[in-house]
Amino acid sequence: MNFKLNKIIPQLATLLAVILVFGFLTYNAQVNMDNRGIEFGFGFLTQESSFDVQFSLIDYDGSHSYARAYLVGLLNTLLVAFIGIILSTVLGVIVGIARLSPNYLIERTAAWYVEFFRNIPLLLQIFFWYFAALRALPLPQDTEPMFGVFFLTIKGLFVPRFVWENLDIFFYSIIAAIISIIVIRNYARKLQENEGKQLPVFYISIGLFLILPLLTFLVGGVSLNFSIPELEQMSNTSFKYKGGLGIPPELIALTLALGLYTATFIAECVRAGIQGISKGQKEAAASIGLTPNQILKLVIMPQALRIIIPPTTNQYLNLTKNSSLAAAIAYPDLVLIFAGTALMQTGRAIEIVSITMLTYLSISLSISVLMNWYNKKIAIKEK
Amino acid sequence: MFKLIKQLTSLATVVAVLFAFTTESMAAKKSKTLKNTQKKGFVRCGVSQGLPGFSNADAAGNWTGVDVDVCRAVAAAVLGDANKVKFTPLSAKERFTALTSGEIDILSRNTTWTLSRDADIGLTFVGVNFYDGQGFMVRKNSGYSSVNDFKDGISACTNLGTTTELNMRDFFNSKGISYEPVTFEKADEVVAAYDAGRCDTYTTDKSGLAAQRIKLSAPDDHIVLPETISKEPLGPVVRQGDSVWEDIVRWSLNVMIEAEEYGVNSANADSMKTSDNPAVKRLVGAEGELGAAFGLDNEWSLRIIKQVGNYGESYKRNIADTGILPDRGPNELWTKGGILYVPPAR
Repeated sequence: MNFKLNKIIPQLATLLAVILVFGFLTYNAQVNMDNRGIEFGFGFLTQESSFDVQFSLIDYDGSHSYARAYLVGLLNTLLVAFIGIILSTVLGVIVGIARLSPNYLIERTAAWYVEFFRNIPLLLQIFFWYFAALRALPLPQDTEPMFGVFFLTIKGLFVPRFVWENLDIFFYSIIAAIISIIVIRNYARKLQENEGKQLPVFYISIGLFLILPLLTFLVGGVSLNFSIPELEQMSNTSFKYKGGLGIPPELIALTLALGLYTATFIAECVRAGIQGISKGQKEAAASIGLTPNQILKLVIMPQALRIIIPPTTNQYLNLTKNSSLAAAIAYPDLVLIFAGTALMQTGRAIEIVSITMLTYLSISLSISVLMNWYNKKIAIKEK
Repeated sequence: MFKLIKQLTSLATVVAVLFAFTTESMAAKKSKTLKNTQKKGFVRCGVSQGLPGFSNADAAGNWTGVDVDVCRAVAAAVLGDANKVKFTPLSAKERFTALTSGEIDILSRNTTWTLSRDADIGLTFVGVNFYDGQGFMVRKNSGYSSVNDFKDGISACTNLGTTTELNMRDFFNSKGISYEPVTFEKADEVVAAYDAGRCDTYTTDKSGLAAQRIKLSAPDDHIVLPETISKEPLGPVVRQGDSVWEDIVRWSLNVMIEAEEYGVNSANADSMKTSDNPAVKRLVGAEGELGAAFGLDNEWSLRIIKQVGNYGESYKRNIADTGILPDRGPNELWTKGGILYVPPAR
């Protein structure tokens, strides 16, 4: 009994202290807000926001509510995080492997890249990509199209937009392709375990993935057209593009800066992971007759991933949180729209800052949960 | 024994309440903010991060501008020295929080007086020291000569979290034009982006456009369109709930404007003590007991005029002579065709 109590008391005391501290902070905030005539409440979220946003993934204008403005900001933040994570992962893996290359030039270039980009403050890099790009890119009227349909200008990258018909059927065909690929993989594994035969699963998968959706164009009534951006003159010197899809330069600069910066850290994680596997593993695998591809896929990577995943998770979290620097270059993310304009227009600092903090916390925790699940999945399974 | 203690305690409570009451009423007379300011020895003033003519720091860290002069006037009135001001540069986003949280005592930062700001978020506007309106700047060779030339898809650079953002929407909506708002947190970045050609137009208060134009790489290649799309009365703001402090700031500004009206300036203020006009004599503290109402001495207004000057001097020094807006426009006295009109100091 005594022994148990000893264990519980410090925990209870800590809990009590935490509750007291939070209670005091809340009480203090309340008293001070009362003194200064500031009200607390979330009623403002349903009010009309009456400001517009440059770039939004969902339908939004100033006649919508602050809650919808919040959603616009959140989606824009998630978009940057998503693109940034993919970009930094692809680049990070390539650079990480390049750092282990026996080729002196490749190895040195990768090393220089890592040392250069990870040692310059991120905000400076964002400014560099944004303002350097703005200075270097041509005005819309001076732009030469790339492949006839892409226009990279100071006002953004303008690309053809897909115009779909019967898009749902196309989607179903992709789902059908994925399901059949899973079935075939399971069948191939059984075949190998039972009879020792190997099927070319990779090629079959790619074939299925291409052929099924293509069939829908021929028989499913699916059609795809392109809306190509066209230059339109507004006045003597101002031009814009009609049609197509415009990607704002703010988004490009931000994802580029975040991607290039975070990739350096991921590259180091990848290098550490691969170097952490002893040479004996590779030699042992080779001695039982595995091909170099199989060695990488079946022996090296499963072990390396265990070292790579946890620190890489940290980098994903950093990237997501760093995306809040967007406000510096006018990319309308959560901080700019919600903790910026909405805060200013409503004056609800405490409410808005708490919502924003909770949002970032939730995003980070979700990424964390996802990566922990993956980490567990690839961990050594003791039998 | 127990009863005695009880009686003593209640007696003590009564005494304490009475005492608290008397000190409370004294404090109310003197104002908490005023008392704190006098104790610290400087006025805490929130200004912009650099808007020439309004609040701008030079290389040596000396702040100048018409907004800065309001704070200096308060310092002259309250502390006797116009230089006893601590300036805090604030972004548009930070400014109200800094004031309501008590980090500064006056916000004099080209801030537009609107109903929702005045009523909603614990602020009180005390007056107007500059009548402004929102305008548009475009490239001279763009062919735009009026806002009526704007077409669908125009991109407009501006500052985040200002009335500008809201006016812009009202304006483009009323014209039925679709537009791309590009909003930055800092004015310098707005200027850089507009300068590079990211936007077709730069919109903010016209005084701001005139001031920021100087920062462009080729100022002469840009013009400000003639139309004004909004009313932007800019003025100093204080926290709600300290009416004495509010009055001190309001009347420090009013005294500067009234001094110009009566021809009192920093050079002739002392000699005006012997003026025949009682209004002038009140202004320089030779008649009446005006300062007593705020708990100040009688020469508070004289110090403002001597150390900071009247409104006309401040305007000339900061806005006209620097070439920002040589023409006073609506910021001329009501007696000279403008709309500057303040209640009488009596």
